[in-house]
Amino acid sequence: MYEGVVQNLIDELGRLPGVGPKSAQRIAFHLLAADPADVLRLSQALIEVKEKVRFCKTCGNVAEEELCRICRDPRRDENVICVVEESKDVVAIEKTREFRGKYHVLGGAISPIEGVGPEDLRIRELMQRLADGAVTELILATDPNLEGEATATYLARLVKPMGLTVTRLASGLPVGGDLEYADEVTLGRAFEGRRLLDV
Amino acid sequence: MVPYGRMSVVSLYRDEGIVLRTQKLGEADRIVTILTRRTGRVRAAAKGVRKTKSRFGARLEPFTHVDVQLYERRSLDLITQAETIRPYGEPLVSDYPRYTAGTAMLETTEKLTEEKEPALRQFLLLVGGLRTLVDGSHEPRLVLDAFLLRSLSVAGWAPALDECARCGSRGGLRGFAIASGGAVCGTCRPPGSASPAPQTLELMLALLRGEWTVADESETRHRVECSGLVAAYLQWHLEHGIRSLKHVERV
Repeated sequence: MYEGVVQNLIDELGRLPGVGPKSAQRIAFHLLAADPADVLRLSQALIEVKEKVRFCKTCGNVAEEELCRICRDPRRDENVICVVEESKDVVAIEKTREFRGKYHVLGGAISPIEGVGPEDLRIRELMQRLADGAVTELILATDPNLEGEATATYLARLVKPMGLTVTRLASGLPVGGDLEYADEVTLGRAFEGRRLLDV
Repeated sequence: MVPYGRMSVVSLYRDEGIVLRTQKLGEADRIVTILTRRTGRVRAAAKGVRKTKSRFGARLEPFTHVDVQLYERRSLDLITQAETIRPYGEPLVSDYPRYTAGTAMLETTEKLTEEKEPALRQFLLLVGGLRTLVDGSHEPRLVLDAFLLRSLSVAGWAPALDECARCGSRGGLRGFAIASGGAVCGTCRPPGSASPAPQTLELMLALLRGEWTVADESETRHRVECSGLVAAYLQWHLEHGIRSLKHVERV
């Protein structure tokens, strides 16, 4: 145990995800030895992020204004919406530079065992966005695990009467992996989604 | 000093089981809860399972019947190998009402079993329940209620359905009193007990005994009443709620 403020700092750092007591102590002593200007910048960044960042009114992504950068961008295709679980999934898809439409962040996935039902996600907001009929395709990009698949099934069933195209991200073999290590479900999906090789 | 021969002994064990639940752990790992055939309910860490190139792939997703090798440790055991026996999750997830019924089966199993206490009957019941749910021959809510009633029976809490829970008389069953242990006759009926239709009690008995022809022919109103009584009876005995139950969809 250290004295007062040092122990306070260690305790607060220890509450961060993935930071154990030993790591918290190491970071605390790094900050103590660091240049005061660096520490001030870090503290200001922490305060600023809590003050300025909120959730986009339209898509639920993190934003500094009422609308996020993607929803404000007039060059993005209004007719295609990609549904993801979390804001970090938006970043992952943006890195591919493959998608030029807009997003909708659900804020999680349906998980009855954790007590998370459809009413706990931003599904009502999604239905409101689809109501005017401008959207022609809905891409379901929830995680390829059981909860993500169940959420995609639920959404597909819900929007079916609206008559728009509903697609699901392909799943199958990871690039650079070995076929023999693939599990049955993944390999089965890869077979299901095989494509014509046009050479 | 540890003798040389002892140092090479590692506590590896192998078992088969159904994955009940997964929880995120750190950056890319998960804690996987499995009800195994011989060891009972086991909580184990699966390293790197959330990475797209994980060697476990979809083998440790809930509902998967899996053959696992585990390394016993002081706190969480470690999953070292996993092979799929049957992936029940894949067909369930494409049918939302079946999926929600299945999650309630997994959660109930987790609540009814103790860590590392063998529960062979509950394991066999779960495998049978998932198989019935997947083959789609009965309404999912009926399969769930049959599973819940039989799980209660395995735990020693089977409700009395064809005789009074208090006096044992076989005729004039008018009510259902959870605290008394099931159906009650007009004389023994405590105040505040439910008054189910006689067909609802017949349906509950059919589900407990596996008489599917009777269950499949039952009317929707009796099925709804049956589900309500089974859920209330189960949660009274477990002393806490089953969160998945309120999300179960009826076809």
